[in-house]
Amino acid sequence: MNKEENIIVVENLVKKFGNFVANDNLNFEVKKGEIFGFLGANGAGKTTAIKILSGLSKPTSGKAIVAGFDVSRETDEVKKNIGYMSQRFSLYDDLTVKENFRFYGGIYRLSNKEIREKTEFMLNKLGMTDYRDMLLKKIPLGWKQKLAFSVAGMHDPAVVFLDEPTGGVDPITRRQFWEMIYEKADEGTTVFVTTHYMDEAEYCQRVSIMAEGRIEALDTPAMLKKQFGVKTMDEVFVKIARV
Amino acid sequence: MWPFIKKEFFHIFRDIRSMVILFGMPVAQVLLFGFAITTDIKDVPIAILDHSKDHVTREITSKLLSSGYFKLESNLKSNDGIGNSFKRGSVKEVIVFEDNFAKKLEKEGSANVQLILDASEPNTATMINAYTTGIINTHTMQMMKTAGKIPMSIITESKMLYNPELKSVYMFVPGVITIILMLVSTMMTSISITREKEMGTMEALLVSPLKPIQIILGKVIPYILLSFINLIVILLMARFVFGMPIQGNVVLLLLESIMFIVMALALGILISAVSKSQQQAMLLSMFGLLLPTIMLSGFIFPVENMPYILQLISHVMPSKWFIIIVKAIMLKGVGIAYFWKETLIIFGTTIFLIAMSVKKFKLRLE
Repeated sequence: MNKEENIIVVENLVKKFGNFVANDNLNFEVKKGEIFGFLGANGAGKTTAIKILSGLSKPTSGKAIVAGFDVSRETDEVKKNIGYMSQRFSLYDDLTVKENFRFYGGIYRLSNKEIREKTEFMLNKLGMTDYRDMLLKKIPLGWKQKLAFSVAGMHDPAVVFLDEPTGGVDPITRRQFWEMIYEKADEGTTVFVTTHYMDEAEYCQRVSIMAEGRIEALDTPAMLKKQFGVKTMDEVFVKIARV
Repeated sequence: MWPFIKKEFFHIFRDIRSMVILFGMPVAQVLLFGFAITTDIKDVPIAILDHSKDHVTREITSKLLSSGYFKLESNLKSNDGIGNSFKRGSVKEVIVFEDNFAKKLEKEGSANVQLILDASEPNTATMINAYTTGIINTHTMQMMKTAGKIPMSIITESKMLYNPELKSVYMFVPGVITIILMLVSTMMTSISITREKEMGTMEALLVSPLKPIQIILGKVIPYILLSFINLIVILLMARFVFGMPIQGNVVLLLLESIMFIVMALALGILISAVSKSQQQAMLLSMFGLLLPTIMLSGFIFPVENMPYILQLISHVMPSKWFIIIVKAIMLKGVGIAYFWKETLIIFGTTIFLIAMSVKKFKLRLE
């Protein structure tokens, strides 16, 4: 497959709740294997956009294509081809590591054999094979987070949506987590990530910044800093969010 | 959907609280209501104030005391003693025979006996009253017969149908079934759904290829099974521990129960849709549902004795209708022809609740 292929295409996307315009005419593309940072202050409309892209909510007007499927008409196909992980990890505390893999593998219709192989493969990679029968609540936060990311990518989706995945985690674990993200992107999976940490924004290949429902800036971190004449992404963010 | 149901069972079996509610509660409730809380009339302490002290009053007194229902606490000398006996709480009933009881009865054909009851427990009082009246009437009738006279006044004869020994287990089992089904189906499902919301796992489920209906069914099916098992356990206990018969069609009883379970589940889904946390869901099901169910369904307190407003409210309680159905099948052994109206009411409520909860669930997705 062509690395330049667009996995996400958003055209003139508008979402209104009554008179309130949550997403005001969004336009952007994300390529295969790209790490795309989706930033914005709270209430800027990020969550609404992610909900639309993951098929949870329908756009008022405009079009969004994810993994080749229209989100408003082919929701089921979109859902099969995306992975999702939020700050709250989406794993079950009262299930063991293995059972969590089994459950998510099951709802994404993987065969028992595939689930077994993937589980072994990923636990090996994380160095957690000894913990497979441990209840999730006994596992430290940072590890849970890596497990959640593995689970989100278990069915080899075209895109993984990460909604503030690193909240409440120490810097070292965050660093390791980003290494996992890079690895996943190298395999050709698109990673669509929201974050409030501006050092993480620097790790992204391209970054969009939303304010009041509109995308105010979209480029590589280096270009953005140049465009706004500042040294850090932090300053870029503050300049845009203040407008 | 199978992995979903399996996961749900893991949740239930690993949570001690759920296990206690699911399996400890039904057994405990049946035993508690069956053995400990009893409204059976037995050895009720009474006092007698006999102004007449003739052969008739003595006969009636001995009839009462030999019945096994009453126990003589004291013989009062004057009216003053009545108030004190009740205040001390030593008696539940005082029986007062008027002056010249036998003479009046022979000459005028009627005589007065006054029954004063402690009605702070209305149900018990009503029952004691009925028993006493029954015994006195029987005796009066016998006397008339032996005297060869036609009775002057109409003598009422009461006969306790369906539950001739007035065993309270018979009354409680249908109520306990209702409460347990409500508790397991409504409270447990609403809590388990709101837990997914609270933990953030609901988001992950919603973005997965599972359809909303599959998520709901996956949540609900385990509880249908468990409610059903509970129902069977209660029925078996009623039958073999307390000897309560099931006069009617068992299959019909189970079908009606399944309908009631589905209704309760729909209610649980609705509660989970409007509540934000597990606590809120629990409070809503506890105080919004369980208490009214217990109070207003006629399970413990007879609906007929309630103020009119509460009687009106009780009509809205699906559990009231369900208890009527269960009693009809278990005790009267009658068929659907006798309670199709109640069945229809529950069926209608079920449809209404399902429609409401589907609507709410969709709304939340938007």
